[in-house]
Amino acid sequence: MTTEATPDTVLSVRDLTIHLPRGGDRPHAVRHISFDIHAGEVTCLIGESGSGKSVISQCVMGLLPSGLGVDSGTVELLGENLLAAPPGRLRSLRGTRMAMVFQEPTTALNPVMTCGAQIDELLVQHTDMDAATRRARIIEIFIRVRLPDPPRIYASYPHQLSGGQRQRICIAMATVLRPALLICDEPTTALDVTTQAEILRLIDEMRRETGTAVLFITHDFGVVADIADQVMVLRLGEAVEQGSRDAVFGQPREAYTRMLLAAVPPAVPAPRPPAEIGAVVVLASHLDKTYGASGWWRRSQPVYAVRDVSFQLRAGETLGIVGESGSGKSTVARYLARLHDTNGGSIEVGGHDYARLDRTAQSALRRKIQIVFQDPYRSLNPRRTVGDSIVEGPLNFGVSEAQAWQRAAQLMEQVHLPAHALKRYPNEFSGGQRQRICIARALACEPEILIADEAVSALDVSVQAQILKLLDEIKAAHKFSLLFITHDLRVAGQICDRVLVMHRGQIVEEGSVHRVLADPQHAYTRSLIDSLPGRHFDFGNALLETV
Amino acid sequence: MLMLTLRRLLGTATVFLLVAVLVFLMLRLAPGDPAVLLVGDHGTPEDVAQVRAYLKLDEPLPTQFLVWLGNVLQGDLGRSFYHHQPVSQVLLDRVGPTFALAMVTLLLTVCVAIPLGVLAAWRHGTWLDRSVLGLSVLGFSLPSFVLGYLLIWLVGLKAGLLPTQGYERLGTGSPWTTLRYLILPAVTLTIVYTALIARVTRATVSEALTEDYVRTARSKGLTELRVLFRHALANSAVPIVTVVAIGIGMLISGVVVTETVYAIPGLGLLTVDAVQARDYPVIQGVTLFFSAVYVLVNLLVDISYVLFDPRIRY
Amino acid sequence: MTPARTSITPPQDDPVKSPAPRALNRSLLRRVVRNTLVRIGVGALLAVMALGLCAPWLGTVDPNTGDFMNINVVPGTSGEFTLFSGESVPHIYWMGSDSIGRDIYSRLLYGTRVSLAIGAQVAIVAVLAGTLIGILSGYFRQLDGPLMRLMDAVMAIPGILMAVALVSFWRGGMATVVFSIAITEIPRVARLVRSVVLSVRDEAYVEAARTLDTPTHKILWFHILPNAIAPLIVQATFICAAAILVEATLSFLGIGLPADVPTWGSVMAGGRVQFTERPDVVLFPGLFLAVTVLAINLLGDGLRDTLDPKFNKRAGP
Repeated sequence: MTTEATPDTVLSVRDLTIHLPRGGDRPHAVRHISFDIHAGEVTCLIGESGSGKSVISQCVMGLLPSGLGVDSGTVELLGENLLAAPPGRLRSLRGTRMAMVFQEPTTALNPVMTCGAQIDELLVQHTDMDAATRRARIIEIFIRVRLPDPPRIYASYPHQLSGGQRQRICIAMATVLRPALLICDEPTTALDVTTQAEILRLIDEMRRETGTAVLFITHDFGVVADIADQVMVLRLGEAVEQGSRDAVFGQPREAYTRMLLAAVPPAVPAPRPPAEIGAVVVLASHLDKTYGASGWWRRSQPVYAVRDVSFQLRAGETLGIVGESGSGKSTVARYLARLHDTNGGSIEVGGHDYARLDRTAQSALRRKIQIVFQDPYRSLNPRRTVGDSIVEGPLNFGVSEAQAWQRAAQLMEQVHLPAHALKRYPNEFSGGQRQRICIARALACEPEILIADEAVSALDVSVQAQILKLLDEIKAAHKFSLLFITHDLRVAGQICDRVLVMHRGQIVEEGSVHRVLADPQHAYTRSLIDSLPGRHFDFGNALLETV
Repeated sequence: MLMLTLRRLLGTATVFLLVAVLVFLMLRLAPGDPAVLLVGDHGTPEDVAQVRAYLKLDEPLPTQFLVWLGNVLQGDLGRSFYHHQPVSQVLLDRVGPTFALAMVTLLLTVCVAIPLGVLAAWRHGTWLDRSVLGLSVLGFSLPSFVLGYLLIWLVGLKAGLLPTQGYERLGTGSPWTTLRYLILPAVTLTIVYTALIARVTRATVSEALTEDYVRTARSKGLTELRVLFRHALANSAVPIVTVVAIGIGMLISGVVVTETVYAIPGLGLLTVDAVQARDYPVIQGVTLFFSAVYVLVNLLVDISYVLFDPRIRY
Repeated sequence: MTPARTSITPPQDDPVKSPAPRALNRSLLRRVVRNTLVRIGVGALLAVMALGLCAPWLGTVDPNTGDFMNINVVPGTSGEFTLFSGESVPHIYWMGSDSIGRDIYSRLLYGTRVSLAIGAQVAIVAVLAGTLIGILSGYFRQLDGPLMRLMDAVMAIPGILMAVALVSFWRGGMATVVFSIAITEIPRVARLVRSVVLSVRDEAYVEAARTLDTPTHKILWFHILPNAIAPLIVQATFICAAAILVEATLSFLGIGLPADVPTWGSVMAGGRVQFTERPDVVLFPGLFLAVTVLAINLLGDGLRDTLDPKFNKRAGP
């Protein structure tokens, strides 16, 4: 659904088709893409990984990686065809008429140049302001993006700033010359949810102030619900559905769109059947972990990763630990899995104090606790077959080879993968499938406690829903306790019974997941919930109307 | 900054101590009586007894080491019975030409190798890139003495352009003459050294060009030249300088051979002569000296990292 | 009041992709074999090796016997060669003879065996020792500091000097030469393996192996070491090339193997004195040497480009 180009059309894309290099999994990155963005408007491209959304933005900027090329179509920025422009012309447009903000603030800035200098070189390239004027302009934009103490930031290096601050610098760099088009390629995906909310607000403010057209690429439906005027849903390089946000979200026509919307975790979790909860299996008391307090370290401020954390995990229960980066949730999980030590406190598992056990007893205990890690692409040894990885655990525990392989075959069926796939290598599986294999690997040890350390965070939203469902299934079948670590309260809501909220190493709130989501007591929890994008949008409601 | 220097100094001192142990052991564990070996073919039995007493060769090995180390730290590297002089004196006499050769080589290499590497990285995959790679492999495969003779043959004997043997010290005539003697040897060494540095430059810069911050720089509309130097090369400085420092070891090896081929009276030629004459104190002394140079250069380079990369804070 | 949600209809489960070739190694081998550099390198190397192996049948005579009637003969002369036993055989001096009447062509061909053997032996010794040190250093934190300091110290002593010093102090034959050259190459291998171990040690699948209670030696063997194989192979070829060069240099300088073992370096050493009249005595063997080393270096480059590029950037000449 495209509109005719009106005088205030900033970007006009028509029938864009871009090919991939030979040997890719499909011949084209994107096909027949058409859309317009008007001044002051936000158009969101949404899709799962591999949908080609980033390629479109790279094409507009003229920064397609080698191997990719435009087969057909036009891209017009303020009436000028970018695809026909010579490199010199494109260079003069970049930064002045169109600018881009990328996903990873950690690596987007040159580590050996001060932040001020990096914006300064942009001004030197495109304007003829003198040094004093440039500096004033930079300080001004720093103030606009709400950076504290602009002169200090000017002289700082990127590694001295936080992720949120770095992204603000990137936004400042992109908007300092007030471009007509701002492209944001997943700018908040790598940030904490509270920081994300601030950055989105910032982008929105600047857009309203200067009337910039914004092309926003994301995979997060919540974000789209909050900020988009127009939406285009992409799948494997083709536009599945597009239109205004209300139209696409309110009355989705395509099955794919409906499926994606259905997979978005709701702000208010569906009621779950009560779990059979048994005795306490893990009792953690006053856990403490500090980095950098002793030895040769030059850190003046030691880092308190975990401070005085105590909790209980009961048999058959799903306990969620929710927190942003630096909250200490991973440290707790890893301590439980005995992957490293704490400085203080104790953990009792099944009544036995971990620290007091000898090596063999510790070994025996360790088997009972297994982990599923976050990154499915790195949790499996790429040189060993999937079957080898699954039987590794049981073989270590003295199970016979025949038995181990039999168990592996059974487990593969339970995670809905064909048993003959045991002979394949990890690179033949998708992310979601690999995560299932990791679950099977963990189950092979017959654990009593399964820790899912951000196990679904790296997956597409539709796959996420499947994995969560799988976890529920096998938990019911195998009867273990699940410790679910995540940064997303809504995801926790879908699977957990109880939840702990952690902030800066301490537990700030605890309770049943319904209670915490509906009626948060602690200020931090409240801010966490307030920052959730799209929480005003009832995805479930929308679907109901189309049924 | 102070902590940084202190830590590095401690590390360097440890390494040098280990070097001293290795050099000491190399000679002491050799077959034969060390005193006799040290005195060489030109000494008398009285000399042997003198050396034995001086180095306390009847004491246990650790004591011997401490005595020896003590001497070394005071500048006493033993006596060369072949040259009838203290080793330190011999070294001092001959260090000039070697230093001059090394400096000229270093200068030439940096001026040639780094631009070549940057160029190859920029035009990755093109014929330019491949020819730089090809030339560097060639430079690496030719033994330096063969290269030396080749140059002597072509430039010196056939074309008669430059002197091919010998040397004139600085101060005894015009510096231009000294330079003329140094050109061929320096070029010989430069070819090998450049091969190494150009390769590493090309590898690190082409990797830097794939980094995110280069993408950001291009999205700002900066010229390719600026992206190449201020962004890609600037971030490659640390690995490149590291290889230059580590390559000093290679350079020194090359110097030994090159001086022999071109008959330059430096430390390299000294070493080769010492081997023929079985003048072990000199061999030991030169080894220790060059190792010390290497360690020192690497220390300076380590400290210089702070200039190149603000993230490095020891 | 929350409305009932529609059930999630899962998308079609992605079918497991069509099976990759049975062993990953097979496609890897194919890529290696197709690479141009590898082909040139292996081809040239095989030719040189063939020359060395077939030396007795390629018109050569005993490389160590000198015929005093035929000293300093120019290349191409055909004449006679008097053997040790006294009898004379017809012989063409393809590359002339040296100052004590030894046939240079024969010395060159027989020298091939020695040089290649030394190159291979040095590579093996250096790789084995370096890998051991690298693993210990990378995986066991307490050992890292002392071992790396030791490696730094060894690296600080310039290669030629170390070899010169060791060979002249310790005398002896092949073993000393191989050992002396290998020592100078060990630190680089150790650093390479250490960096591989350090980066793989923190990978998620290694952490997973630890939670599965896999014993340390199995973790090292199955999970960590396989990552080092490709860069080690690449490094081994470069070490072989460097070792051949160093050995030639040592022989050229008059140090190294005893005089009765023909090597390319000693052939060239013989030509030093008369370089102005007979430059070919140095340059011919030099060319041979250069071609061999070039072939090995090209092979190394080709291997580096095709085998698992992730860690190979650190492997180098």
